[in-house]
Amino acid sequence: MATIKKFMYVNRKAPYGTVYALESLEVVLIGAAFDQDVSLAFVDDGVYQIMKGQDTSGIEVKNFSPIYSALGDYEVTKLYVEKESMEERGLTLDDLMPLVYEDEDDDWAEKDSITVVSRAEMAELLEQQDVLFNF
Amino acid sequence: MALVVDGKEFETDEEGYLANINDWVEGVATAMSAEDELELTDEHWDIIRFLREYYEEYQIAPAVRILTKAVAKRMGKEKGNSKYLYSLFPYGPGKQACRYAGLPKPTGCV
Repeated sequence: MATIKKFMYVNRKAPYGTVYALESLEVVLIGAAFDQDVSLAFVDDGVYQIMKGQDTSGIEVKNFSPIYSALGDYEVTKLYVEKESMEERGLTLDDLMPLVYEDEDDDWAEKDSITVVSRAEMAELLEQQDVLFNF
Repeated sequence: MALVVDGKEFETDEEGYLANINDWVEGVATAMSAEDELELTDEHWDIIRFLREYYEEYQIAPAVRILTKAVAKRMGKEKGNSKYLYSLFPYGPGKQACRYAGLPKPTGCV
């Protein structure tokens, strides 16, 4: 069996205005087929990507934020959000979408996918990865 | 490319997927399946409608293994397995059923 690697997708940009956020999400969903240990990090303006109540009607682009709710189905269940990045933008966990997954090993109990971590903890997580994708 | 249903033209991409999901009517699925020489039964329609609801909620066309799991969760294991889904959609339940449902090509189908 092939070795399982730790893959982390690091999202640093606001969801709209550039294609980075959507491209990252698509790579995550495609990459999910390869059975690796996948996690996502949201830092800097990247925290805006998973804010609830996104409305793109004024900028004529598709609101792709519902896709994040499908991550659990794709078994992408580890989303780390940096606390300092949220605080600097006046955001709390309540401003984020309640993203969950169903734990197959625990009678399909619904669990939170989002974990808020400090900047120091985030640095440690980055250190632990085999592969980092920066968007 | 275009698909003609009851005299009305529907734009499709080079792989036959509907260009605009909002254009979809049931006749699109019927016309596409006729081209594949497949007759749609209630069982096919259950999956097609399920895919449209999934897209409505999540804004993506699920890959086949995600579809299988999601169908198992909502309709039971006897329908949520690849043998059953492939018996309905022999060209691949992800791709073929998504196409009939007017969805884009599944994300994560490799």
